[in-house]
Amino acid sequence: MVYLWSVLSFGSLTTALAALLMVAERYLVSYGICKLDINAGEKPLEVEGGRTLLSTLYENEIFIPSACGGKGTCGHCKITVTSGGGPVLPTETPYLSRKEIRSNVRLACQVKIREDIYVRIPEELLNIRMFASTVESVSELTHDIKEIRLRLDEPAELSHRPGQYVQIQAPSSNEPVFRAYSISSPVYEPNKVELVVKLVPGGVASTYLHSLKTGDTVHFTGPYGEFRLNEDPSVEIVCVGGGCGMAPMKNIIYTIYDKWPDRSCWLFFGCRTTDDIFYLERFEELAKKHPNFHVVYALSEQLGPDERWEGETGFIHLSVDKYLETGVKRQAFLCGPPPMIEAVTRVLDEKGIPSDDIFYDEF
Amino acid sequence: MTETSAIVILIAAILTNNILLTNFLGMCSFVACSGQIRTAVGLGIAVTFVLTMTTAINYAVYYGILISAEEAAELGRAAPLLSTDITHLSFIVFIAVIAAFVQLVEMFVERFSPRLYFALGIFLPLITVNCAILGASLFMVIRGYNFAQSVGFGFGAGVGWALAIILMAGLRQKMNYSNIPEPFRGVPIAMIVTCVIAMAFMGFAGMVAIQ
Repeated sequence: MVYLWSVLSFGSLTTALAALLMVAERYLVSYGICKLDINAGEKPLEVEGGRTLLSTLYENEIFIPSACGGKGTCGHCKITVTSGGGPVLPTETPYLSRKEIRSNVRLACQVKIREDIYVRIPEELLNIRMFASTVESVSELTHDIKEIRLRLDEPAELSHRPGQYVQIQAPSSNEPVFRAYSISSPVYEPNKVELVVKLVPGGVASTYLHSLKTGDTVHFTGPYGEFRLNEDPSVEIVCVGGGCGMAPMKNIIYTIYDKWPDRSCWLFFGCRTTDDIFYLERFEELAKKHPNFHVVYALSEQLGPDERWEGETGFIHLSVDKYLETGVKRQAFLCGPPPMIEAVTRVLDEKGIPSDDIFYDEF
Repeated sequence: MTETSAIVILIAAILTNNILLTNFLGMCSFVACSGQIRTAVGLGIAVTFVLTMTTAINYAVYYGILISAEEAAELGRAAPLLSTDITHLSFIVFIAVIAAFVQLVEMFVERFSPRLYFALGIFLPLITVNCAILGASLFMVIRGYNFAQSVGFGFGAGVGWALAIILMAGLRQKMNYSNIPEPFRGVPIAMIVTCVIAMAFMGFAGMVAIQ
């Protein structure tokens, strides 16, 4: 009896409090219609106040890059707010340099629209569009990594540079969330977008992507990303990946050999065990066709009793150190966990690659 | 004891039984948010408001729902809504009421004083876990206050807490300009100053006493 009453009374009390809060939110948190001015009158909008700049812009089909989906953890959604943004919040300061703070750069996901607001958005970001696509095929690469190929429906083509990424819209209980995934299909397939997705336990987007079947519809925005491939074929390309950080490399490599069959390129890929190896065969095949393409896979963990491996062992930066000679003009692209990026950057620095020519995707 | 008037309890809660300086409740935001008088005043007002309202609501909830019929009769109060004794829920219920109220206050402050909202930052939602607020609700039950006394106590405790943090903020602003020995800078000197304020408040002790 006492349990029943406990549950009932506590339940009804919390319901009453929640109802009170909802009513209060309805009347207190509405800020009415605010003016949202982009690039000094280029695109004036009237929007409902009270929400974040990022989500409001998103609703108006202006897609600001954001890898974390508005949680304030990636620092990608930087835009200039010339007035009406309020003071810089403590949640933003870790991502903004002093110079950026002085020039009114803010994180769009942290700025709440409370009054008329004036922002400046680079032309390139205004060109980002929302795509609808259909799952063409899903294949399992390893026990937790899947390759998902999407066929674009509306718009039918996406022109991008290798190394750029898209933001997948994943449904969740309240609002859809966005997560960044690099495009792994080469640029000469403009009506396809291929992703390499590792299942993260508890991850909203990766769980969603892993549950997709052929014929399902997927929405995403893009393309995003600053990476520009050096167009001079005499410059050697070095790709270093770890874990599931393969997608951008695959795009870069296939794009390069489509355009410059003799260009020199290295791919270093670090795995833990033989179970984590994928794409090795197709890259070896590619290397047979293009003698200037070199593939090095390395395993970081001890081999199990029934595993066979004749390639490199140890962390991937050791292989990079072993194979690369100094004094060659190179551009490097890294993709993997922060400790790997740090170690490889140090090695590449010793090999004489200036830091301006080292690009990376950290995750 | 129940004869003590609400006014006396109010004054006692501010001066002789200051919840911060005699019970040392609510120390975390007291130390963290006492850098500037302006912020301290804002937080003090918010805490006072939340304290007064939550003691009143928690009073109604405790004596209206949680307590058993027999106990209510023994204390000479009106019969509660439920005759069953579910006072074991009092902690969680008190916290729920406080949390909801803080949310409400947060919305108010954000709407009507964005400047204060930004100044308080994370400490506004953290009022939820300010022990002074839960402490006041529990004292109200332990000491067997009636409704007027509870509200007086809640309000007094809030004013007392606000008074203490504003005093502290004033002193810390002054201390910015004084030459404090290096090992004492920051939190240590804040603790020492708090002790001195607490001792000063003990001077009021003979005035009124509440249990």
